[in-house]
Amino acid sequence: MAEHRIETPVSDELITNLRAGDKVFITGYLYTGRDSAHKKLIDLVNEGKELPIDVKGQFIYYVGPTPARPGKPIGSAGPTTSYRMDSFAPTLHALGLKGTIGKGSRNEEVKESLKKYKAVYLAAVGGAGALISKSIEGAEVIAYSELGPEAIRKVEVKDFPCIVINDMYGGDLYEEGKKQYKRD
Amino acid sequence: MKVISLAQVRDTIKDLVQKANFELQDDVLEVIKEMEKKEESPAGKEVFKQILENSRIAKEEKLGLCQDTGLAVFFVEIGEDVELKKENGLGSLKEAITEGTRTGYEEGYLRKSVVEDPIRRKNTGDNTPAYIHWELVPGDSFKVTFIAKGGGAENMSAVRMFAPAAGMEGIEDFVVETADKGGSNPCPPIVVGVGVGGNFEYSALLAKKALLRRPLGSHNSDPFYADMEKRLLERINDLGIGPQGMGGRITALAVHVESFPCHIASMPAAVNIQCHSHRVMNFEL
Repeated sequence: MAEHRIETPVSDELITNLRAGDKVFITGYLYTGRDSAHKKLIDLVNEGKELPIDVKGQFIYYVGPTPARPGKPIGSAGPTTSYRMDSFAPTLHALGLKGTIGKGSRNEEVKESLKKYKAVYLAAVGGAGALISKSIEGAEVIAYSELGPEAIRKVEVKDFPCIVINDMYGGDLYEEGKKQYKRD
Repeated sequence: MKVISLAQVRDTIKDLVQKANFELQDDVLEVIKEMEKKEESPAGKEVFKQILENSRIAKEEKLGLCQDTGLAVFFVEIGEDVELKKENGLGSLKEAITEGTRTGYEEGYLRKSVVEDPIRRKNTGDNTPAYIHWELVPGDSFKVTFIAKGGGAENMSAVRMFAPAAGMEGIEDFVVETADKGGSNPCPPIVVGVGVGGNFEYSALLAKKALLRRPLGSHNSDPFYADMEKRLLERINDLGIGPQGMGGRITALAVHVESFPCHIASMPAAVNIQCHSHRVMNFEL
């Protein structure tokens, strides 16, 4: 398993180097979004309107953080379950989104979309939101503030720790890991 | 006649919802540490390490253990001989619990995770309503159990109405199948609450009550169900899903089963899945 330190935005070439099981530390910016924000983004795409964020070369982190305490950029900020965004991900990949970060498995459409558009699906450790918040240095709500925890934020990250679950070659860490440790 | 002050209920709950969200309780930490020793996969060991590091940071900095600080779910056991003292504008026990929840989530910088309508989905903004289950008992006891229940694990839960002929095997297969289907989604290593019997709604309530049993990992006092718990834990851990689904020996921290009498035609079963961030606390007044 390789380890990669990457900076956003990323190129297609960088994505080709990432394999299921690799550790990835991200520095730069991530956009956050979950259920309601995704619905709004996809509605805009369907209406042919411009999105409030440019997803090209970027990652979307599926998170709805707790409120920040005074003087802190963010509260607890671990990943939410990703399958709820499965129906939205391919559309965003087609617009140039290079990766999504969450936890839990993706459906076949998303995995096919990763191959087609050269993208990856990464996981952060679910239920470790306090620890993960240490890798976040800044956060700014940039769209849908009315959604509260579900608003789209631009977060500044430093060595944000993830692991590659699905790569662009069909590799799947969840399937491989389970196969290795299953006992009949 | 015991007199309970509603203001005291409110203030105790305000503190409780915060503490439960900042600090894993000793019984939970103990099981996590015990299971960490049994994990063999490198990825799984790393997850356990991060879970423990996370709990240290959350407690120190009063940060949510998880960003999903949950629906506020309460089980209230109140004696028939308890008198409630209405004060400070609090007119009912329900109001006191609601106020404690609202102020606790606000002052603790906890996430507001409730929408006011399941389809129209506007956030209520204060994490209320609280989800309260009442039980009226003889005597003058007043006991409250709180669980901060996140959505990710709750979504992987299930209820099934079996024919009695399905027997113990049918129920055990259903529990294992539910854990398997949940896979990496509910933040394994999970805690599994199983309700067997009752009727449709009662089985689900039993499953949630099973999650509340403390200390975590203790067994049903009926040896028949204690054995079932041990078998289920082994079978779920043999699935190989592992911590966070990345493969490993430990998929579940504990399985708790609760049972209740049921109809001659029925054998309901419910499985309530809980994540590793098992935030349960109790108090008595």
